[in-house]
Amino acid sequence: MSAAETTPQDVTLQAEGSVARRQAWSRTSRWLLLAATLLGLVVLLILGIDNAIVGIPSLDWDFLSNYPSRFAERAGIRSSILGSVWVLVFTVIFAIPVAVGAAVWMEEFAPQNAILTTVRLNIANLAGVPSIIYGILGLAVFVRLMELGPSILAGALTLALMILPMTVITSVEAINQVAPSIREGSLALGATRWQTVWNHVLPGAMPGILTGTILAVARAAGETAALIMIGAFTFIAFDPSLSFSGLLDSFTTLPIQVYNWTIRPQPEFRANAAAGIIVLMIAVIGLNALALVVRDRLRRN
Amino acid sequence: MALASPPDGADLARALRKRPLRRPGENLIVVALVLCAVVSIATTFAIIYVLFSDAIGFFREVSFWHFFNPGNEWQTLFNPRSFGVWELVLGTINVTLWSMVIALPLGLAAAVYLSEYAHVQTRRFLKPLLELLAGVPTVVYAYFALTFISDDVLLPLLGGNVSFFNSLSASIMLGLMILPIIASVSEDAMASVPRDLREAAYGLGATRLEVAFRVVFPAAISGIMAAILLAIARVIGETMIVAVAAGSTPNLSLSPLESIQTMTGYMLQVALGDAARGTTDYTSLFAVGALLFLMTFVLNVAAQIIVRRFREAYE
Repeated sequence: MSAAETTPQDVTLQAEGSVARRQAWSRTSRWLLLAATLLGLVVLLILGIDNAIVGIPSLDWDFLSNYPSRFAERAGIRSSILGSVWVLVFTVIFAIPVAVGAAVWMEEFAPQNAILTTVRLNIANLAGVPSIIYGILGLAVFVRLMELGPSILAGALTLALMILPMTVITSVEAINQVAPSIREGSLALGATRWQTVWNHVLPGAMPGILTGTILAVARAAGETAALIMIGAFTFIAFDPSLSFSGLLDSFTTLPIQVYNWTIRPQPEFRANAAAGIIVLMIAVIGLNALALVVRDRLRRN
Repeated sequence: MALASPPDGADLARALRKRPLRRPGENLIVVALVLCAVVSIATTFAIIYVLFSDAIGFFREVSFWHFFNPGNEWQTLFNPRSFGVWELVLGTINVTLWSMVIALPLGLAAAVYLSEYAHVQTRRFLKPLLELLAGVPTVVYAYFALTFISDDVLLPLLGGNVSFFNSLSASIMLGLMILPIIASVSEDAMASVPRDLREAAYGLGATRLEVAFRVVFPAAISGIMAAILLAIARVIGETMIVAVAAGSTPNLSLSPLESIQTMTGYMLQVALGDAARGTTDYTSLFAVGALLFLMTFVLNVAAQIIVRRFREAYE
């Protein structure tokens, strides 16, 4: 092959005919697939902007600090925000210790046998149970059987059971990520298994557990169906009392209030629903962002 | 083995054997941990007991055959009442069908793009954004479906052909909600297809598009099936979107333009009403709930079995 036989013009990488067509299709497909990937996000963005236009005029201090009302312009989300916060605090208190405990047992103490497999499969299945079924469970067990009524305590216990499977799964993953050498080092220095778990495994798994907890709270914060099921669809014009007996008070939450305004026939309440959605979405997106930050920050340390 | 080699190895081994592996009290801790795991098992038993004990009460009043006979209506408001659950099941199938029509192409396109086309950094940026679609509270989607999709888009566009409450508006929002499930589970499946397959195809002159759809896609098909089953399980269990936007009229129809009622929509309606304990209205909630639980259970188990099978195939 000498330069005289093939001039540079003859050697070209430009494909022709059917190959060129296939390559053109392939190049186009990148943009088509990207467009399809982004379509859902674009729709959500448009809906969000639409919602902001409807809701922002109603979003003022009065809206945040007023109780609900028959009159759209006087109605606010004070009791639903306080109710949401109070229920979520107790949801976390009930769910997280149990979830982490179950995960520690499964990863560190459980015998590798059929019992462990059953527990694993059971948790995977519970994670797929619809939230409204947890609502029925809460209604039958906490509201009726334990006679707690549609109270903050019943709501928190119901949501705790609902987020339990996903927090167990994320905690198991987090514990799994802790290097075996750390455990072996601790055991070799004479620590007992529990000392190893408490002093080395759990601190190492903390970022993952915390991230999973925050994401679970975000999910519980938006939950509506399970709480309506236990009877929390009520008119609340008082603050939850900060006492043990206050746990038996009835309550409302932000998503329930949004639902209430959405299904009202009067159009004035639409703006209230939109304003409530803005607050709810800020909370949910904030929690999701916090989860990402916590994971990055703690992982780096 | 290294520990046994020094001359005092035997002493060390004896000392280690004497050392307690647990301090006193640690057994109690382990018992507490076991109890935590027992909570999850107890939850499952409680769900099954609660649903089926009251469902049995329902079936004392209404025969099994009446409940499952496709010829019977679901009509609980006035006498003579009729409990043909097929109308509610078909409502659920209706929104499942149309939400999959929307979410399946978009979700699979996203999975192919993220797995085969996107830069690592693009993927790292796009994935959490897509996940956000699944994180939006469903009551927010419900409001969007009713006011923006139905009122502002579908009614002006289709006029009298579409009812105010319709399954299409709910299905569009359900489609957005499940898009990330389909995308991320399918993407996991595609990402675990061995590189050799792709490289062999590129070596034979295939383009990126051909590799994605003729090599990776078929190789990941079982994972994609699992993604679809999980997405269906999410749709049939979703309550707020369908209760708000799809209507509350049980309807034996698969049309996206009509008002329908799903199983979950009926359950929420009973919860909002004042059905007294022990009445057929009240127990029907548990009968429908038990059926819903069984349906999601079967879908989830099937998805898990498929996922496990396909993992074994490549490892």
